[in-house]
Amino acid sequence: MYRSNVLVCGGTGCTSSNSELIIQRLKEEIKAHGLEKEVNVIRTGCFGLCALGPIMVVYPEGAFYSMVKPDDVPEIVEEHLLKGRIVKRLLYQETVVDDNSVKSLNDTTFYGKQRRIALRNCGVINPENIDEYIAVDGYQALGKVLTEMTPQQVIDIMKASGLRGRGGAGFPTGLKWSFAAANQADQKYVCCNADEGDPGAFMDRSILEGDPHVVLESMAIAGYAIGASQGYIYVRAEYPIAVKRLQIAIDQAHEYGLLGNDIFGTGFNFDIQLRLGAGAFVCGEETALMTSIEGKRGEPRPRPPFPALKGLFQKPTILNNVETWANVTQIILNGPEWFKSIGTERSAGTKVFALGGKIKHTGLVEVPMGTTLREIVEEIGGGVPNGHTFKAAQTGGPSGGCIPASEMDVKIDYDNLLAIGAMMGSGGMIIMDDTTCMVDIAKFFLEFTVDESCGKCTPCRVGTRRLLEILNKITSGNGTLEDIDRLEKLCYYLKENSLCALGQTAPNPVLSTLKYFRDEYIAHVTEKRCPAGVCKALTNYYIDPAKCRGCTLCARNCPVGAITGSVKQPHVIDTQKCIKCGACMEKCKFGAIDKR
Amino acid sequence: MKSLAELQAIRDKARAQVGLRAESGASVRVQVGMATCGIAAGARPVLNAFVEEVAKRGLQDIMVTQTGCIGICQYEPVVEVIEGDKKTTYVKMTAEKAVRVVNDHLVNGSVVTEYTIGANAQ
Repeated sequence: MYRSNVLVCGGTGCTSSNSELIIQRLKEEIKAHGLEKEVNVIRTGCFGLCALGPIMVVYPEGAFYSMVKPDDVPEIVEEHLLKGRIVKRLLYQETVVDDNSVKSLNDTTFYGKQRRIALRNCGVINPENIDEYIAVDGYQALGKVLTEMTPQQVIDIMKASGLRGRGGAGFPTGLKWSFAAANQADQKYVCCNADEGDPGAFMDRSILEGDPHVVLESMAIAGYAIGASQGYIYVRAEYPIAVKRLQIAIDQAHEYGLLGNDIFGTGFNFDIQLRLGAGAFVCGEETALMTSIEGKRGEPRPRPPFPALKGLFQKPTILNNVETWANVTQIILNGPEWFKSIGTERSAGTKVFALGGKIKHTGLVEVPMGTTLREIVEEIGGGVPNGHTFKAAQTGGPSGGCIPASEMDVKIDYDNLLAIGAMMGSGGMIIMDDTTCMVDIAKFFLEFTVDESCGKCTPCRVGTRRLLEILNKITSGNGTLEDIDRLEKLCYYLKENSLCALGQTAPNPVLSTLKYFRDEYIAHVTEKRCPAGVCKALTNYYIDPAKCRGCTLCARNCPVGAITGSVKQPHVIDTQKCIKCGACMEKCKFGAIDKR
Repeated sequence: MKSLAELQAIRDKARAQVGLRAESGASVRVQVGMATCGIAAGARPVLNAFVEEVAKRGLQDIMVTQTGCIGICQYEPVVEVIEGDKKTTYVKMTAEKAVRVVNDHLVNGSVVTEYTIGANAQ
């Protein structure tokens, strides 16, 4: 029996900032002090507060250490683990209180407003130890389903819970299962979409890394509900930690007989295999994903027939996203009424967002549906740093749209986001401040979709490229007002005519920025000006003669010799020679250089 | 895994260890003084005895933790049992005494007067 548990984040964020070395040092130091029988070191999944990683939490005190460096380890072991004195300088500052205790994490602004259902075990259990998952009621839901319920009852519960697909489209999960259950076939399949591809989204990755068993258990439950005995997890090879932990979890579940034949002695058989994707964005689309699992080139197929009728290997198949799976066991254990009581009327439960961009607390947050963007940005996220102001939030990645400051009080759920021209998407949320050019953002996402279009259908293959060309024309100062109209028209054409969701949603970043920031587009074409000063072709650097002291620092740092002027006299920039690298602006100590 | 009972058995066994990690709302805190003076006087076996005993009896509402020096080094190892506003200070503790404190005080609610600072201060 250990008296103390030290949890170190083993998620991707903290691993990349050296948490493995911290664990190693910790074990060495603990051994050196002869504490190895008293203190247990556990590598967990993501805690969510990635901006402050690497994170270490020591229980029973609940001390939350942030930005721990390997060299801090001896002090933590000596002071805290041996002598019981919490190392205050390393605590997440918001949790520091005067006596020898710490404030509960639930009282901090980052965690206080969160409600963790899908992420409940991330940062709590060791994902590579099935016993720890079982200790937090793991596999209880599967046991309950197999021994007490009929498949129809399981589907009824899922329907009643109001759970909707967390992958983006928000299709009711129970309904999807009921379609697959109703179709007769000699074999059916259950698939997990772990091909998280939106730039900036990493919630599925964190669940796989922090709580892999929940996905296995939920898939087995679905297998029972629809009559399938085989499951596949399609996970991208770029998630090495997730792949490794999933495989460990599958092996452990096999060893315990929680996967395989005759589970719980009920005669129910279910097995799961991993399939590694090579990282194509289109393979996150359900039919392309199934084509890829079949061993073919990942291209979408026309629907109908829908996968519930003819999916993987032409058999009835259900596909759900990782975060959706993470909710299933809790719905079974706590009942559909419990789940429905969280969130809004038409969007039950919580949603995980990967908060990134111009925000203080970069990381993962899970909030009840119906939370406003303002609460997420200003309270949980800690606001926009460096004195800048919030301009917009991009949700749903390349398929989504932006939410401008004027819509910050909209309650976030599937329907409200669609109504304002954005979409839930998988939950990437990129915060942008006043230094962001919205035309440039639309261009960024179009560059992504041009790269990732699979090429099967013409509207998407050619259309995305033409959209990007028009955006390039506008940002380089050669656009006209007619180009904006053409851009908009082409967007609607793509939405209506593309084969799959990739092409149908690719214009969303353009359409939503046009809706809320049309004035920026117009400024680019009529005034040949980029209001945010991002588009290089439209931005000129200049020196304010009133502020310039003639120190010559800028002239010496200009890589192309575009700045001239004599000592103690105001300098000038030759805009013909200037390559707009911004080096002068960075160097100037008097704030005399500006761009417009 | 052939039955739910098997699953329950694994769960109960694993729970004690993971339970330590929840933000516990425990109403009773047992604090063992673990500064240099406490450790030198033998606080570590005391702390471990408390942890073992509390786990063995499956007591849910009790958090065993360590604290620094409270300034009465001659009485170390010192253990404080905090129940709301009420604080009991045990001094010159040993592993054997710890087992008795768990049994008499934490389980049955009667303070082991002879181990308290009041009884030892004369």
